[in-house]
Order: sequence, then C-alpha cells, then structure tokens
Amino acid sequence: MSGNVWIYVLIMFGVSYAIRVLPLTLIRKEIKNRTLRSFLYYVPYVTLAVMTFPAIMDATATPAAGLIALAAGVFLAWIGRSMFEVAIVAVVLVYVLERFLF
Amino acid sequence: MNREDNIREFKRGFKNGIPIALGYLAVSFALGILAAESGMSATQAGVTSFLVLASAGQYAGFTLVGAGGTYLAMAGVIFVANMRYMLMSTSLSQRLYPEMPFFHRLFMAWGITDEIFGVSISSPGRINPRFTYGAMAIAIPGWTVGTILGVIVGNVLPQDLVTALSIGLYGMFIAIIIPPAKKNKVVLGLVIISMLASWVFSRMPGLGNLSEGNRTIILTIIIAGIAAFLFPVHEIDTTSGRADQEEAPSQNGGAS
Repeated sequence: MSGNVWIYVLIMFGVSYAIRVLPLTLIRKEIKNRTLRSFLYYVPYVTLAVMTFPAIMDATATPAAGLIALAAGVFLAWIGRSMFEVAIVAVVLVYVLERFLF
Repeated sequence: MNREDNIREFKRGFKNGIPIALGYLAVSFALGILAAESGMSATQAGVTSFLVLASAGQYAGFTLVGAGGTYLAMAGVIFVANMRYMLMSTSLSQRLYPEMPFFHRLFMAWGITDEIFGVSISSPGRINPRFTYGAMAIAIPGWTVGTILGVIVGNVLPQDLVTALSIGLYGMFIAIIIPPAKKNKVVLGLVIISMLASWVFSRMPGLGNLSEGNRTIILTIIIAGIAAFLFPVHEIDTTSGRADQEEAPSQNGGAS
C-alpha cells in the first residue's frame, strides 16, 4: 500500500457518487448520441467479464476449481437463477472441490 | 403524495430491500476479506462500503489499495467499474416527479446500485423517493455490516473457506452479465471476447505486468468502444436491460 487509505476511500466515494448524481441532477432528457449510448450500454458487461476471467481461476488454489465454479455460475444464471443463488453455489462448489477433491 | 402514501411506499421499499440485504451480506463479506488482505481496517472498509455501494467498483478499488496504485488509477478504475450507474441514473431521472424537491435527487443518487435501481424501477409510473429510501434503509446496512464482518471474521476463518467465500463476488458478476448475454447475441459475444482478451493480456509477457485495474480500463475502452461503433444500440431499455441492434450501420457514427 503506498497511498493514504482515507484518500483512496474519498476518491472511491467522490467518483462513484459523481457518476450517480450527475445524470440524475443534470440530464433531464435522454442522451442523443447513439455511439456514446451504445458505449455506455456495453461497458458494464465488458468490465465485469474482464474482471471475472481469468481472476476466478487465480483466486482459487487450483485453477480448475475456479473454472468449474465459473461454468456452474454461467449455467445457473443462464437458466434464470438469482444472483444470490449463483453466488452461493459458486462458493459451496469451490469449497467442496478444494477441500475434498483437489 | 400525501403522508400515508409516503409511509406505505417506504414500507413497501423496505420489504423489497430485505432479500437484497441478505444477498449483500454474503457478497460484501467477501469484499471485507479482500479489504483486509489489502491492509484496510474494519472502519475503513465499512465506511467505504457505506459510501460507495458498489460491488465491482469496490472490488477493483480494494485491489488497487492493496497494490498501492496511484490516486489517478483509483479514480479511473472506479469510473470504469461504475460507469453503468450513469445509464441507470439517466434512466431513473426520467421516472421522477418533475416537481419533486431537488434534495431527493441527491439522496436517491447515493442508492443507485444494480439491485436498488432494479426494484425502484420495477413498479410502473413515477417513483416515490420513499420507496427507494425504504430499500436503501435495509440494503445499505446489510452491505456495510457484511463488509465489516468480512474484515473481522475473515481473518479467523480457515483459508479454504475464505477462498471459497471470495468466489461469491465472481458469482455475482456472472449473475449480472449472463442474463443480458442470453437475450442479446452482441453482449454474449462481448462477454466471451472480453474474458479471452483479459486472459491473453494477463498471460502475455510485458502486458501481464499491467495491474488488474489498468487492464480493466484499457480493455473496457477498447472492446466497448469498438462494439459501440460496430453494433450501435438501437433502442435502450435500461429498465429490463435489453437492447436491440439494427441490422444496418446507422448514419450517425455507425462503422461501415
């Protein structure tokens, strides 16, 4: 850790709050620029996908356990299970796999 | 909006917030563990969770604290990881009473998360801010307490259990990206390409030295940027998270 933690906290709050409060207070009409709108639409999916893989394999002691948890999570989310269920199943799966199988 | 309406809306929001809070407890517990690993105290992590209310954003932020990133990198990472809230905030702005006092916008903005936004927007018509406040009143403590517990108890839990719990965050990310990917082939393609690109970036000599936060920013701007030009979204319905693409490139900004 090199910076002051409270300054990190302040930056996290400042930037995340600005993102949320500016459109709500300033933009009363829909954004017209289609490319910008499209970009904003795609951003979360790309960001979360980049953050999930390969990190999920690096977070587990055995990469295969993370990979199996990813596959199970994708399957459950695909068939419409809730975020809570997907998260819990991934957790239990990794625990059981790493403790008893790998 | 009379007084009884306001109380009823708050209660309704609170009730809708209970399952959110339970999910938040489990997920933010993993965030607390990550915060502790990054050298943050329970107070620091708890205050961050209370103020920031962002799963992916805090994940990236805590990781950066641990890695000792620059303040600029922190701002960039938080911006990119939370950009989706801009769309939600924009969408929410269309659903508020125009004559509503301004300070409500300031408070409601704080509570824009995937889940609170989701329940707020789920009922038809204009949104009474008390509904959102009701959901926030239970969901935000859940998120904060879970984080603090993660910092404190995470250290005394066995390592294999801690590892397993930290996977909960990835489970949550998967649950956010997969349902829209199922409905939209472009999003599905982007999710696959993003994961592959992230994997290649992290394993390549040179590029592998990039921090996770910087890799996220660079890949997001490149991949989402190219996608915005190649597949401009025709109609965005942020309420349901669905988008329809036009077959032909558009006149304004479509790549040909």
